[in-house]
Amino acid sequence: MQLLSTRRGLFYTALLVFLAIAPWVFQWIDQPFYLDLLSRALILGIAAVSLNLILGYGGMVSLGHAAYIGIGAYCVGIPAYYDFYSGWLHIGLALSVSAVFALITGAICLRTKGVYFIMITMAFSQMVYYTFLSLEEYGADDGLVIYLRSEFPTWLSMDGAFSLYYWILGVLLLSLYFVHRLIHARFGRVIVGAKFNELRLQSLGVNTYRYRLTCYVISAMICSLAGVLLGNFTSFISPEMMGWTRSGELIFMVIMGGVSTVLGPLLGTISFVLLEEWLAAITVYWHLIFGVLLVVLVLYGKGGLDGLLGLMDRGKKSS
Amino acid sequence: MDWNLLITQLMNGLQLGLLLFLLASGLTLIFGIMDFINLSHGSFYMVGAYFCGTIVAKTGSFVLGILFGLVGVFIVGALVEWFIARKLYRSDHLDHVLVTFGLILIFDTLVHMIWGASGMAIPLPDVLNGQVSIGTLVLPTYRLLIIAAGLGVAAFLYVLVTRTRLGMLIRAGASNRTMVEALGVNINRLFLIVFAIGASMAGLAGMLIAPITEASIGMGNDIIIIAFVVVIVGGIGSVKGAFYAGLIIGLIDTLSRSYLDDVLALSIPIEYAETAAPAISAMMVYILMAVVLAFRPQGLFPPAGAR
Amino acid sequence: MKRNILTAAVLAATAFGSGAANADSVKIGYVTTLTTPAAVIGEDIQNSVNLALEHIGNKMGDLDVELIMEDDGFKPDVGKQKTDKLVKQDDVDFVVGYIWSHVLLASMKSVTDADKFIISANAGPSQVAGKLCHPNFFSTSWQNDQTPMAMGEHLNQEGVKSLYVMAPNYAAGKDMVAGLESVFTGEIKGKDLTKWGADAQLDFSAELAKAKASGAEAIFVFYPGKAGGAFINQYQQAGLRGVMPLYSVFTVDAIALPKLQEANLEGVLGSKMTQEWSPDMDNAANKRFVGDYLAKHGKYPSFYGAQAYDSIMLIKSAVEAVGGNLDDKDGIRAALKAVNYDSVRGKYTVGNNHMPIQNFYLREVVIDDEGRWTTKIVSTVYENHQDRYAAECNMQ
Repeated sequence: MQLLSTRRGLFYTALLVFLAIAPWVFQWIDQPFYLDLLSRALILGIAAVSLNLILGYGGMVSLGHAAYIGIGAYCVGIPAYYDFYSGWLHIGLALSVSAVFALITGAICLRTKGVYFIMITMAFSQMVYYTFLSLEEYGADDGLVIYLRSEFPTWLSMDGAFSLYYWILGVLLLSLYFVHRLIHARFGRVIVGAKFNELRLQSLGVNTYRYRLTCYVISAMICSLAGVLLGNFTSFISPEMMGWTRSGELIFMVIMGGVSTVLGPLLGTISFVLLEEWLAAITVYWHLIFGVLLVVLVLYGKGGLDGLLGLMDRGKKSS
Repeated sequence: MDWNLLITQLMNGLQLGLLLFLLASGLTLIFGIMDFINLSHGSFYMVGAYFCGTIVAKTGSFVLGILFGLVGVFIVGALVEWFIARKLYRSDHLDHVLVTFGLILIFDTLVHMIWGASGMAIPLPDVLNGQVSIGTLVLPTYRLLIIAAGLGVAAFLYVLVTRTRLGMLIRAGASNRTMVEALGVNINRLFLIVFAIGASMAGLAGMLIAPITEASIGMGNDIIIIAFVVVIVGGIGSVKGAFYAGLIIGLIDTLSRSYLDDVLALSIPIEYAETAAPAISAMMVYILMAVVLAFRPQGLFPPAGAR
Repeated sequence: MKRNILTAAVLAATAFGSGAANADSVKIGYVTTLTTPAAVIGEDIQNSVNLALEHIGNKMGDLDVELIMEDDGFKPDVGKQKTDKLVKQDDVDFVVGYIWSHVLLASMKSVTDADKFIISANAGPSQVAGKLCHPNFFSTSWQNDQTPMAMGEHLNQEGVKSLYVMAPNYAAGKDMVAGLESVFTGEIKGKDLTKWGADAQLDFSAELAKAKASGAEAIFVFYPGKAGGAFINQYQQAGLRGVMPLYSVFTVDAIALPKLQEANLEGVLGSKMTQEWSPDMDNAANKRFVGDYLAKHGKYPSFYGAQAYDSIMLIKSAVEAVGGNLDDKDGIRAALKAVNYDSVRGKYTVGNNHMPIQNFYLREVVIDDEGRWTTKIVSTVYENHQDRYAAECNMQ
């Protein structure tokens, strides 16, 4: 997408500039809580970007992606429980555990299609959920409080709201860039192609299964990073983070922002978090508004918020 | 071995299995015929319980509560089909998941607004509140009634599906939708009826369980996931599959809740076993589904001639 | 229902207009459960807090009271998120509430890190009474173990030889069982911890069958909120009434009783439980609280409500003790520790860990003069009882 030549491009440029200076803005207007909200939104944004990679581009509707947030978070919480605070250890652990888990379960899940895929991904995430629920040592239902953030060299430290925010922003931008490059490489063309016409690719001798599995594993690994950051951000982790409704919310965010667009999911999570905060403050019945919004969005609002931005450019050529 | 306990637990498992069947039978038909994923099927379960509770509170009659409740849920189901589901049959599954996830939120909040947060107890007539003794075995009367009702509905569905014209269309629809359309059947009406019957059966399950657990907001959201497992394990579109899978899963769940902690305690310390057992019992059904999906994706009892 | 919408609207208005600090008011953030089936407890708490504010004319000393209610959704992570909001955005002076032990454990650090006061009006996990005790943490309830300990003591006195135990599988459930086990001298023939949370297990058929087969003399349960009603229902249907007497804590309360009465489950009449408070307690504060609550809502308040009502009165006593100077943290702390207010449970003090040292009573379910089902004190089980974790707390 041309960053400055369309209104959508302009909007995203403005958004990114704002994200870069947000902590200072919030400090200036004396609203530290807004930084909390934005940090949470961007963490979920990373998860949404990773989900979009398989769901949007790859057509693999996973109703179990929240499991990887949980795995990432517990890869911070469990070592911290034993007083291992090294950040590299946490990240390395999260990436490898999620990769292994995604490789094993993905190999099984990807043998199925459509609704079976939705259900089997949910089944595996429920198994993870119940596994952590049964681990008495790590708090089970009650969760774990993390007393110290992951430790990094001073210039990379996560301590303090600002540095954690820039950590989150950094990981988010890296994932966005990575996904963008991946999709525009041959790998991405195979993934997108397999979504529409898998048989044709297979007849060309492409092992689509292997591509999709790789894609699934990459997505899981990115998502686990969101989990590592979430664990550090909330300093509290519990199995609740990976219940199936959380996975449903993630899908909602991606759809709300706009599937198969690079920045759409990010837009979706920011709107989701703000909307949730705002509606919950107005009425205890805020779920109703959310539900109606969801139904209307699917019935009438194809393309999500990103599509809406695109409408402003109608007539012009976009992306 | 305590045989009385084992038999009691088998009956409990049977009861849970039949409740799951009531939920899953509608789900599997809607799934099989319309190719529509309805996550909000559990909302009919909840709405049924509240309708029934309201009528029982007004009239004092449990039978009237069930009858009016069934009619009420039938109407709600028809409305959902008419205004929402119908528009989505041609969209992809992702849209179904999203819209029906939204419907769950809507139904839960509406119930909260109409009936309040406190839930609703449904009093039973005294005859049902007692116990039945068979030798040394003592069983709650009401649980026997649930089992009887579940078996009755299963028989009714069997007759409906195998012996009537509607059933013929349903069977045909589950295995080959285009063919039914080609026969010039009013497909819209068929879908409406199937959807509403499915909803009523979920509602009935809710009405039957509510005197035990009370009606409450969101009561359907977890059992619906288990019902989906039943549908997948049984084979999408197969009522027979839903019946057997419901029983299998009901028994697995109940028996693991009853015996797993003792079994685990043989190998790990008792306090860990006590915490781990409920979680692992809950996990069993998902493991079963994953195994079925991995080795027999069409389910254990797929409908004849399924794709 | 209309009232709720109204309160919610007022709350929303305050939540949004609260950016700027207002020196003329005491800001109280209240974390409780307003959605999910557990909202029934939250409603009782909300009613009681509103009644307390009405009784004090919405004033503490010269300061107005600004109340901000937040819903934890019965989830620890949401509770923590809301606590963060109260502390950071609303900049409240006191964070109060917490029905659930796991929500409190998740949220406490956010409040104490910001050097604000946190008052539990219900949850009393052992960790907070012991190793995690904090100078800014106070409680108007109890430590989780105490109430079941009182029950254990009563069971010993009654000469009950064996028990079957059931409780939900979360922090408080485990504390309750531990408390009972520490005192009860008979044999525990079996124990079930069941799934808890927003998707709690409510069908206890398998567990009740085990209980019956275990041959235990009586059954002890802890099932707060909605699960309590469901349990009593099934206990009666399983025919255990008269076979295995029911002893409970936090299960049969003013929230469950009206519904049990509606369903005419007479099995619960006469059943016994322990508690630090009862609606029939004979003191001026309690008579006013219970009387006005009955007049306003047509039903008895629960112990959750009583503790919530007390929490507001406790804060009022502290705010008045420092003459409305909310920056005087040491003064507030000392005043909170002095417990200088008329509690609806009568006089009590707090220990080094800021947990109440108080009486525990045996209560029985009875029918009142107007035919309503309620609870009545039978006897005093413990006098001035202190929790057993106080020694693990390193505060003086």
